[in-house]
Amino acid sequence: MKKILNPEQIDQIIKDLTIRIISETPPGVDIAAIGIRSRGEILAQRLSAQLSKKLGKDVPSGILDITLYRDDLNSPQGTAQPQVRTTEIGFDIDDKIIILVDDVLYTGRSIRAAMDALIDLGRPKAIKLAVLVDRVGRELPIQADYAGYKTDVEPGKLVQVFLSESDGKDEVVIE
Amino acid sequence: MALKKNKQFRWQRKHLLGLRELNAEEITYILDTAKGFEQISTRAVKKAPPLRGKLVVNLFFEDSTRTRNSFTLAASRLSADIIEFTKKTSSVSKGETLLDTAKNLEAMGIDIVVIRHTAGGVPKFLSRSINACVVNAGDGFCEHPTQGLLDVYTIRKIKGTLEGLKIAIVGDIAHSRVARSDMWAMTKLGAEVIFVGPPTLIPAQVNRLPVSVSYSLDEVIEKVDVINMLRIQFERLGGNPFPSIREYSHYFGLTVERMKKAKPDILVMHPGPINRGLEMESEVADGANSVILQQVTNGVAVRMAVLFLVNQAAAQSH
Repeated sequence: MKKILNPEQIDQIIKDLTIRIISETPPGVDIAAIGIRSRGEILAQRLSAQLSKKLGKDVPSGILDITLYRDDLNSPQGTAQPQVRTTEIGFDIDDKIIILVDDVLYTGRSIRAAMDALIDLGRPKAIKLAVLVDRVGRELPIQADYAGYKTDVEPGKLVQVFLSESDGKDEVVIE
Repeated sequence: MALKKNKQFRWQRKHLLGLRELNAEEITYILDTAKGFEQISTRAVKKAPPLRGKLVVNLFFEDSTRTRNSFTLAASRLSADIIEFTKKTSSVSKGETLLDTAKNLEAMGIDIVVIRHTAGGVPKFLSRSINACVVNAGDGFCEHPTQGLLDVYTIRKIKGTLEGLKIAIVGDIAHSRVARSDMWAMTKLGAEVIFVGPPTLIPAQVNRLPVSVSYSLDEVIEKVDVINMLRIQFERLGGNPFPSIREYSHYFGLTVERMKKAKPDILVMHPGPINRGLEMESEVADGANSVILQQVTNGVAVRMAVLFLVNQAAAQSH
């Protein structure tokens, strides 16, 4: 097991991402952070808090459940049976720039599912992808717009993200 | 997809035949899953893709509008294809047996059969005879599991839990599969169920069931948190179970007068269609305590969850 990010580094990444997002967002356009259940949801909340603070206006955050849009639902190899949970987005996504947030970007399949799920909710002005860890191994043509930490860890290893809200500590490890 | 160690509950049934055979954990899992489906019906695109390319057959050997439509809507919101099959418009009227009908449908590649039949046990028989998933939409006087599920879903959504609630089910218990499925779901989730009706409409073997019985609605009304008024099913009643409709209404109808004795937050339920003025006065059916239309709305979400879960179990057992 190798520790790759500690709490201070995670905190710094959220702050850096906030600055980059703001610098690339045209003034006058509303933005919102939507996180993929379950770690992405927490990161989206942290990001929206930072964005709200820096911009001096409310940047809402929401939770996206992508279970119904997964591409492995009908495959017998599916290791875990995903539980369908609620999507909780209490605002209109139309014409906003949506910062889609996840903990680890790896194959890109979750992001494909998330984009399809978002489009069924409305028509955002743009969808941008922000991730804490960007890991080599894409199986779809998807890249992050904002990535915190990049790693070329080999397939078969597990990148695990722990966040204090759900796991009692902030930490990212490779197992 | 991120790899996660998942030690959570796993749904494993590819058929939903009744609630009697389910445990509290399974019932709760269906209800929790249904929560995620509820919002699909309220958003911009009222459809999600998990049953894309799957074929669902509504195989109804008994009249039904609401349940059949609800299943059709549930299946289409999950992107499945649907074949409607009713007794009147099929070869059954030409003498084809149930098994032949089912085998023929199976030869067309169906994935899920939603079946309603006048005889109890038919869904179970079917589940043993074909490979497709079988969902019971009502069999004889036995069970109507998705109605039971949508009833407890509706109660749980408003009251938070079934634990410790007192629930009266009133009317023609003997001929009611809804009463049976309700009873199993409600008692397994911790509620206390009271069957209320004239002795002629209470099933003979009721002492074997996990319920208490009362022959007086007036005695029960002030104690209960939920009251589920069953429809008097004239099409099923033989003989003279009660002297007259007026007399039934007088003793067992939910009237405005009777509601005055009820708890202020009592939930009034009815599986529909309502005989207005018979089992319930219109003012009560349309009143502030009535959740009858919410039951209908929730029914779609619950049926989506059921179709989704049986298909998941089938996919993962291959």
